[in-house]
Amino acid sequence: MRIKDQWNEQRIYSSRTFAAMLIIGLLSLALLSKLAYLQIIRHDYYLELSQGNRVRQDPIPASRGLILDRRGRVLVDNEPAFQLELIQEQTPDLPGTLQRLAKLGLINPEDIDPLKRIIHSRRSFDSVPIRLRLSDEEIGRFAVHRYEFEGVELRARQTRHYPYGELGVHALGYVAAVSEDDLDRIDKPGYAGTTLIGKLGVESAYETQLHGLNGYQQILVNAQGRSVKFQGAYQPDLRAEAPVPGRDLMLALDLPTQQAAEAALGEHRGAIVALDPTNGDVLALVSHPGFDPSLFSRGLTRSEYSLLTNNENKPLLNRALRGAYPSGSTIKPMMALAGLTYKIVDPERREFCNGAFHLPGSSHLYREGKGGKHGAVDLVDAVARSCDVYFYNLAAQLGVDRIAAFASQFGIGSLTGIDISGEKPGLLPTPEWKKQAFKRPQDQVWFPGETVNFGVGQGYLLVTPLQLAHMTAQLAERGESFRPRLVMGVRDTNGAIVRNAAVAAHGATGISDTDWALVLRGMVGATTYGTAAAIGKGARYSIAGKTGTAQVFTVAQNARYNEKTVAERLRDHAWFIAFAPADAPRIAICVLVENGGFGASAAAPIARRVMDAYLLEGPVAANTATSTSPAGSTASTGDHTP
Amino acid sequence: MILDDNRDSAARRTFSATARLLSALKLDGPLLVGLGLLSVYALIVQYSASGQSLETILRTLMRIGIGAFAMIALAHSSPNFLRSLAPWLYGVGIVLLLVVDAIGYVGKGSQRWLDVGLIRFQPSEIMKLAVPMLAASFMHERRLPPDWRNLLVLAAIIILPAALIAPQPDLGTAVLVFATGALVVLMAGLQWQVIGGLACAGAGAAFVGWRFLHDYQRQRIRIFLDPQSDPLGSGYHIIQSQIAIGSGGLFGKGWMNGSQAQLDFLPERSTDFIFAVIGEEFGLLGLIVLMLLYLFIISRAVFLATQASGTFARLLGLSLALTFFVYVFINAGMVTGLLPVVGVPLPLISYGGTSVVTLLAGFGILMGLYSHRKLVNS
Repeated sequence: MRIKDQWNEQRIYSSRTFAAMLIIGLLSLALLSKLAYLQIIRHDYYLELSQGNRVRQDPIPASRGLILDRRGRVLVDNEPAFQLELIQEQTPDLPGTLQRLAKLGLINPEDIDPLKRIIHSRRSFDSVPIRLRLSDEEIGRFAVHRYEFEGVELRARQTRHYPYGELGVHALGYVAAVSEDDLDRIDKPGYAGTTLIGKLGVESAYETQLHGLNGYQQILVNAQGRSVKFQGAYQPDLRAEAPVPGRDLMLALDLPTQQAAEAALGEHRGAIVALDPTNGDVLALVSHPGFDPSLFSRGLTRSEYSLLTNNENKPLLNRALRGAYPSGSTIKPMMALAGLTYKIVDPERREFCNGAFHLPGSSHLYREGKGGKHGAVDLVDAVARSCDVYFYNLAAQLGVDRIAAFASQFGIGSLTGIDISGEKPGLLPTPEWKKQAFKRPQDQVWFPGETVNFGVGQGYLLVTPLQLAHMTAQLAERGESFRPRLVMGVRDTNGAIVRNAAVAAHGATGISDTDWALVLRGMVGATTYGTAAAIGKGARYSIAGKTGTAQVFTVAQNARYNEKTVAERLRDHAWFIAFAPADAPRIAICVLVENGGFGASAAAPIARRVMDAYLLEGPVAANTATSTSPAGSTASTGDHTP
Repeated sequence: MILDDNRDSAARRTFSATARLLSALKLDGPLLVGLGLLSVYALIVQYSASGQSLETILRTLMRIGIGAFAMIALAHSSPNFLRSLAPWLYGVGIVLLLVVDAIGYVGKGSQRWLDVGLIRFQPSEIMKLAVPMLAASFMHERRLPPDWRNLLVLAAIIILPAALIAPQPDLGTAVLVFATGALVVLMAGLQWQVIGGLACAGAGAAFVGWRFLHDYQRQRIRIFLDPQSDPLGSGYHIIQSQIAIGSGGLFGKGWMNGSQAQLDFLPERSTDFIFAVIGEEFGLLGLIVLMLLYLFIISRAVFLATQASGTFARLLGLSLALTFFVYVFINAGMVTGLLPVVGVPLPLISYGGTSVVTLLAGFGILMGLYSHRKLVNS
């Protein structure tokens, strides 16, 4: 019995031990295949995960490029400022943190929600600026409470500095905190660490060049996200890449000319664009009123912003590029060229101006804008004295199609292609345009009278100050056209200026030299004995100009326009275009004074002051700078910065 | 230790002297070598996982020392002595578990430890030895395989301590205590159809028992099924350990170069998750070496158990040997994501706890059972 039991037990042990070893073998194989899956098949995947775990890229923002004027004077630079930055993944209670910051008065309560959205749209380990440009007192206030704000750090960063304040703001633009909209457009990793982004003007158009390339420093982090030098014996190969600073932009803008232009325009609403007709350089670009660009780089509250947008003077509107106005008589030189080119007029023939014009078979009277009668005028006189009747007649004979075709050669109705964005094309009216623009069939017909009005720059025609300056530059260069440019070059890291070649554009062709000479005589006549004779007095150079007065509201058929009785906002816009010196033009200018009244009295003197500033003080030096070494020119020719 | 072809007499003398010493200490040479290699492996890995802490190494050495002492002492105990000790050990263990649970209840918190002056001591560790001892000694006087009545008694012996340990809460130890007792029953020849029936009943009970699990234990099971569902919470352990193992590749990142472990991403890296540190720093090859060491130890232990004399000795020996594999498999399984995270250390490699002492004591018992075989036979 005992022996049998033992035998039976032995059999049980053997079979069970065998089964157990079999199961052990199978389970070991299962484990081994799981390990092979993790360590061989999925090895690359997990390796990448472990890399991402431990190494974080800490961005080093590139310093933003400076903006210089055409002679290297600094218009925009950077200055250090303290700002608050927040890292989402290190902030345990984001809403609470923002609330408490608002309670301390360090951020604006109304900014909390937009800030939250911005923080959430960035990567959780990005350091997001939440408050820019802290004052010393605010820095102190934060420092006292800093331990209550986990994840929020006070960091010294560079911020944008505009030493001349509002000067040229519509040309230079401004920078502001990277917004939600920006985040959709930009390369987010490339902007990690960047606080400010260009929003308008040169700052925006040349954003990529100004921004540069952010560098990075790989830092080793532990599981808590803290930076550690090494942990244990583990010391990885950490890489760093130095940031590439943004390029310094050299503008075509001439600081003294810009200053003169702003001073000359004074408190008027209006715009001034001055171009170098030989290459399209924008020497001055003014749109008044402007605003202080540093408002935006320090962070604007919503109420401050709505104050700007609701201002009835529209300080945010760039009138030079986006303001569309009737051209008034400023297009008369171009109309004269059209008449000559199409052989409609005999320049020698004198026409009699009795103060009004009417189309054959119509009793509607087209009056002289200022009233009065010019008597017998030839083409040169008609330009110089701005005879409406002469041009009513000329336009009626040319017909709208030929006028439109000719005007489009001078860039009317199309974008000039200036190198900042936001430009408006104005409106070059044609019968085809009218068909599409109006709904009612009776409005879609082009009336002969509309052609007559076109001849003196009234009616549907709309132009921007930039377009007129561009047209004036073509008049100065006898049809040669260049794309207007604010930026004429960049300064590379060695300090050497790399100049961009001027970009030629489609200009006016097929106009004979004698016709050009005739119109030039008319425009010089305007500043010597014509409408703008006052500004030609005492000028040390000859000026070719043309005044313009654009009607804001229509004067009744039998009434007369009386400046004094019309409300300020309904007064005519004053225009003046000019180039000088007339025989070898170096500057072409367009001045618009909104509701300024007559071009001759309101706009022309402003143009004279700008031209004086450029031609009498700046130009010799500027030319030296252009032709020789630009970097050293400032010292040799004297500094014009105030 | 293969010196058959070695004719150097000095070596032979040394070898025979070592053999005599081992025989006097009633220890098994091959098993001792396996355990020794594993301990060296443990010290190497722990040094890296603990962040070059010499204190860790010293503490581990101290535990190994205590364990070795227990091993030698138990190797000298005869099966008969162990059999008579079994009920007492079991009884004391149950009482201590009740005390710990009571203290835990009074202290309104988790309680596993018993502070006995200088040493902190986990009574549940006793049960890892006491349960298979009592179960094996119960079957020693009865016919194999166990009939229904005996099975009920065995079930009580096994489930009572497991039920006391699980709510401490220490699911890992409860599982191990249950496994070590169940292995006795399985090795005693429990019919396969009964095993199948019990498995079905167990599945049913698990369904019911789900409701009695702690939230964190349920969460562990849920996360086991889908670790990615809670990457920063409960799933974090598994995800990080998989990253560690997977990124180690075939050859590993090198000793003390495991970024997951060295930079704190891997939680419990020197204790329950040390398997992942090996996977990261020594790669698949390191893990295969580890597995081969374990399999060698288990095979040798199973061999020793089958050579022992008497039902008690064989059942106890097989149970202890196979429990060692259960340990390894549960830990490796949980770290790689094959099994839920239940908190079982990697035997003899994980730092801390009293498990080193218990495990070495278990191997001491095994060696004793083997070295006492002739005495029983004659």
